[in-house]
Amino acid sequence: MKDTTQHVEVRDLSVTVRREDGTPLRIVEDVSFDIAPRETLALIGESGSGKTTIALALMGYARGSAEITGQIRVGQATLDGAGGNALKAQRGHRISYVAQSAAAAFNPSRRVIDQVIEPALIHGIEPEEAARKRAVSLFRSLALPNPETIGQRYPHELSGGQLQRLMAAMALITQPELVIFDEPTTALDVTTQVEVLQAFRRVVREQGATGVYVSHDLAVVAQMADRVLVLKRGKVREQNAVDVILQSPADDYTRMLMSAAMPVVMAAPVLPDAPVPLLEVEGIHAGYGPIDKEGRPAHPVLSDVGFSIGRGAALGVIGESGSGKSTVARVVAGLLAPARGSVKLDGVPLAPTLSGRSREELRRVQIVFQSADVALNPGRSVGDILGRVLRFYRGTRGEEARRRVAELLDLIKLPASIASRRCDELSGGQKQRVNLARALAAEPDIILCDEVTSALDTVVRGAILDLLAELRRDLGVAYLFISHDIETVKALCDDIVVLYKGTRVESGVRDSYNVPPVHPYTDLLISSVPELRSDWLSDESERAAAPFAHLRERPDLCRFLPRCPVAIAGTCEVSAPPVRQLSSGNAVLCHHTEETLRRTQSEKILG
Amino acid sequence: MSASASASSWRGPLRLIGHRVLLALITLLLVSAVIFTISGLLPGDAAQEVLGQSATPEQIAALRKEMGLDQPGPVRYYQWLRGISMGDPGQSMVTNTPVSEIISVRLPNTLILAALSTLVSVPFAFLIGIASAIARGKKLDRSLNVLTLSMVALPEFLVATVAVLILSVKLQWLPSITLIPQEASFADYVRGYAMPVMVLAVGVIAQLGRMIRAAIIAELDRPYVEMARLKGVSQTRLVFHHILPNAIGPIVNAMALSLSYLFGGAIIVETIFSYPGLAGLMVNAVTSRDMPLLQACAMIFCAVYLLLVLVADVFAILANPRLRNA
Amino acid sequence: MKIAALFTTIRNLPLSGKIGLAFVVFWLLAAAFGPMLAPHPPGAFVSEEVFADASSRLWLGSDFLGRDVLSRLLMGARFTVGLSAVAVTLAVGIGTGLALTAAVGPHWVDELLSRAMDTLISIPSKIFALVLIAAFGSSELLLIVILAVIYVPGNFRIARSLAVGLARLDYVEVARARGEGRLYIALSEMLPNMIRPLAADIGLRFVFIVLLLSGLSFLGLGLAPPDADLGSLVRENTSGLAEGALAIFVRATAIATLTVSVNLLIDALTQGKVR
Ligand SMILES: Nc1ncnc2c1ncn2[C@@H]1O[C@H](COP(=O)(O)OP(=O)(O)O)[C@@H](O)[C@H]1O
Ligand code: SF4
Ligand SMILES: [Mg+2]
Repeated sequence: MKDTTQHVEVRDLSVTVRREDGTPLRIVEDVSFDIAPRETLALIGESGSGKTTIALALMGYARGSAEITGQIRVGQATLDGAGGNALKAQRGHRISYVAQSAAAAFNPSRRVIDQVIEPALIHGIEPEEAARKRAVSLFRSLALPNPETIGQRYPHELSGGQLQRLMAAMALITQPELVIFDEPTTALDVTTQVEVLQAFRRVVREQGATGVYVSHDLAVVAQMADRVLVLKRGKVREQNAVDVILQSPADDYTRMLMSAAMPVVMAAPVLPDAPVPLLEVEGIHAGYGPIDKEGRPAHPVLSDVGFSIGRGAALGVIGESGSGKSTVARVVAGLLAPARGSVKLDGVPLAPTLSGRSREELRRVQIVFQSADVALNPGRSVGDILGRVLRFYRGTRGEEARRRVAELLDLIKLPASIASRRCDELSGGQKQRVNLARALAAEPDIILCDEVTSALDTVVRGAILDLLAELRRDLGVAYLFISHDIETVKALCDDIVVLYKGTRVESGVRDSYNVPPVHPYTDLLISSVPELRSDWLSDESERAAAPFAHLRERPDLCRFLPRCPVAIAGTCEVSAPPVRQLSSGNAVLCHHTEETLRRTQSEKILG
Repeated sequence: MSASASASSWRGPLRLIGHRVLLALITLLLVSAVIFTISGLLPGDAAQEVLGQSATPEQIAALRKEMGLDQPGPVRYYQWLRGISMGDPGQSMVTNTPVSEIISVRLPNTLILAALSTLVSVPFAFLIGIASAIARGKKLDRSLNVLTLSMVALPEFLVATVAVLILSVKLQWLPSITLIPQEASFADYVRGYAMPVMVLAVGVIAQLGRMIRAAIIAELDRPYVEMARLKGVSQTRLVFHHILPNAIGPIVNAMALSLSYLFGGAIIVETIFSYPGLAGLMVNAVTSRDMPLLQACAMIFCAVYLLLVLVADVFAILANPRLRNA
Repeated sequence: MKIAALFTTIRNLPLSGKIGLAFVVFWLLAAAFGPMLAPHPPGAFVSEEVFADASSRLWLGSDFLGRDVLSRLLMGARFTVGLSAVAVTLAVGIGTGLALTAAVGPHWVDELLSRAMDTLISIPSKIFALVLIAAFGSSELLLIVILAVIYVPGNFRIARSLAVGLARLDYVEVARARGEGRLYIALSEMLPNMIRPLAADIGLRFVFIVLLLSGLSFLGLGLAPPDADLGSLVRENTSGLAEGALAIFVRATAIATLTVSVNLLIDALTQGKVR
């Protein structure tokens, strides 16, 4: 460990935890790497591959009862595995950390500014006044709004993207030599992610710090890192410059990650022409909380949402978190009665609540939820869960039921032996398959899939998408497929609806989303998805500011107004936008004409 | 911040606090209805009981009229409630003196006992709670855990009996009866109160200490604590600057709960040490079936309990920026 | 296999848990078979001497009337453990039943039940007990009902928060969306997942009930003679306090070993789960 040209040297790093029964388990095994000064190294891998554990070890920190062995040197400080841990003294001073969820990592009961300057104070770097000044200038470089006063707020008064940038300011306040970013944008919406990534990259370069960037997302890593270390189950699979990894990955696993990161668009099956769509949703207004005299809920979420899905078709609903996607699924399933609007199945109106629907109607519409962990009753066996659905809708029992369960498991590509396993013994991917099988057991006409792939690792997600496409082809089942990820939706669905704050801003067929013009929000959404090349982020010129950012969102105007970069002064802040039919067949909710939309969007692509 | 901004920043918490006060009052009203129904309406005829089996129907009817028992239940409840809220809960059925007089002599004694016990318990409880939370899972924590678990499971009368056995009977250090004479010296006070306070404190220290530990530990697992550690924050600073501000709500609530526990304990302690307090009085009222006195005592204890919880609630609202700026 | 698992659990208990378990088993056996094994009838005057010391005939000495302390202790244990066990079963059964009703029922049922329980919980337990006893007296049956009533609201609160948490989980939503009835959801989807977290609450509530019951008996407001539980046994012998009699000390310790050991056992079991 003498190569002083490297800023960080790690040799044979292993981290061991104790399992419940006391036996040791190595979660990181013999990892070695170097980082040159001012270089950024990315650690990439699926959840549980040991990324965070390695990152924390660089600060001489291990969670719980974990034990670190091996050698680590950061600058002058070393951890030698023999009890010496000079890294501890560097924490928050020469080495600093940006955590995954800033919303959770800020202390809820202290003002943000006090937390941001705390490292500078406790390490005696500069007096409070100077630290405050430095914080404000960092806020400014991180493009935070109102840099002078934003620190006076409490964490709950700030958005996720703002908190993430404030946390970066907290990490940089001591002018550290090494900054560790641990999935700093994973919890953010894709449109926010771009801004945060840009801000991070700029300040780290300004400060001349060395970086470690942890992520599961290759496209994000491509923008942030110079070199990449690919991890699987705590072991290094490949280590190389970022462009080498992207263009000629050497390891099979890296190649698998690459291909899963670029979902292939699955061809739509030929659908029969039918006079009446399978599911028709019209003018839905819905929300939560007590209903007032005019029938409006206290927290309105959806306003005037509608779409229709043909037999065997797949409709994608996309929007950022909180846009009301899940609420759409809950209204269709009957879990939430809409304030207004109708849901029709084969032209027959469905009752707004569960109690008004017949068992047959319930059978034909099934819902599958995002988080496989809480979607299955942990105490029951797989066979039990599937068997209940069979018995409930069809009265199938005994041998016949056992046969059907085996068929269903075969359909979702799990061994029949899994029927006797308890749900809490299954892996995430297996659970999500069983989750699907439970819906399939009802032999539904349509399945409402609410973010069913969002909690899964990239590779598993690819497999589930393939399965969904195959089931649709073989069984002719239709999907209402909800996701926040436009790539996933494009891969699976024929038609796409874009939701923004509970309004439908655009709807149309998949291919129309590939060429301008689209709705300004759709445009923002599409252009925010990082691409698998290392120069994507620099290409993206800094975003044009929204002219009406100072206005509050209003229900009687375009909801996107405060964020719209192309808002038309004198029109957009005065009246509600009309629905426009574009020549591509898409309908958009916007004051712009097709012409002007095309102009703003192709200009940007050219410039 | 301008004056109007600060005024509006107060509106949120004030509304919330107003809401809590209203809720506490409603609960108190419901509690009074429960207590009156149980002790005033259900148990049958009080007049019969006063006069005994040999009384003639006329005598009973006359007394019923005098006691207002011929009125329908809701009317009696209303009259009782009006009386009690005006500070006049009626006449004692046993001594025939106004209940308010009896209580006004006794209540301060119980409050003194409770205040002294709180004063003694709270520092110890904080010490135990904070120390075992910081040493979570270590030897100190496990020993304190077993100790406090045992302390909460000890009945007060057992602690009291053993204390008397050792301190009064065997060692003869302390009096086994707490009578505080009019012109007592400070030493007399200390000697008189030592044992009752000690007995009450055993339970409160253990219970409050455990709740404080739990409140701190609930915070220890939150990501902001790890973040603070990664900033290089020392253990002491972590506890006092980062964790306590977040745990203070639950801790204050725990204090309110332990104080109510303390009033329960006072029932036993006052009886054992013949201490002239309200709790002991209430036991006598049960034995002599002196309902007006009993009802008044019960209402006072419930009101004090609700008041404590309310104060804790308000404190928690003010300590939490999320609620404070709601 | 089940038995083997049981032994592993026991082996993995910390020392405090093992001690707790030993005493709990001891007291359960004492309550079940004690009266059969008692050397003398509990009411019989077997000694000339009151507050006699332990001897080979009277293992734990005699009480204030010259009765056998051991035999009376075994009787008292049966009353204490028996009454408390029945009361805790009632309290938890009612509390959890109502909690499930609140969680799956219409909103107003939940509001109503929660309001009612919040009211009852604001009456401190000992105060509540005094009011109930003053009104209704304290026969064996009444005591059980009173103790159960007092501890229903606490159990309701815990069970309801568990149930409401479960009701929000996706698998319960899925069952509702499937069209399952409320009863099925409550009993098949929710209750089985509540039993484990509720077990600790049952144990704690048992301890509270034992403490309250013996406290009441100690005040002379519990069981009426000749029946006696562990609390009344302490009370009736307070006259021996000045002499430092073995009788009173034995009884007091008896209650303590029961409550403390239940507490230690629950703590050891729940900690094992968490770690
Ligand atoms: N049970 C609920 N009570 C109150 N508000 C809710 C509830 N569920 C969701 N919301 C609110 O409704 C909005 C839309 O939520 P949701 O449909 O879950 O959006 P998405 O699925 O797109 O993330 C959010 O603002 C959310 O906070
Ligand atoms: S209506 Fe105006 S504000 Fe809304 S998206 Fe169109 S241009 Fe932007
Ligand atoms: Mg959602």
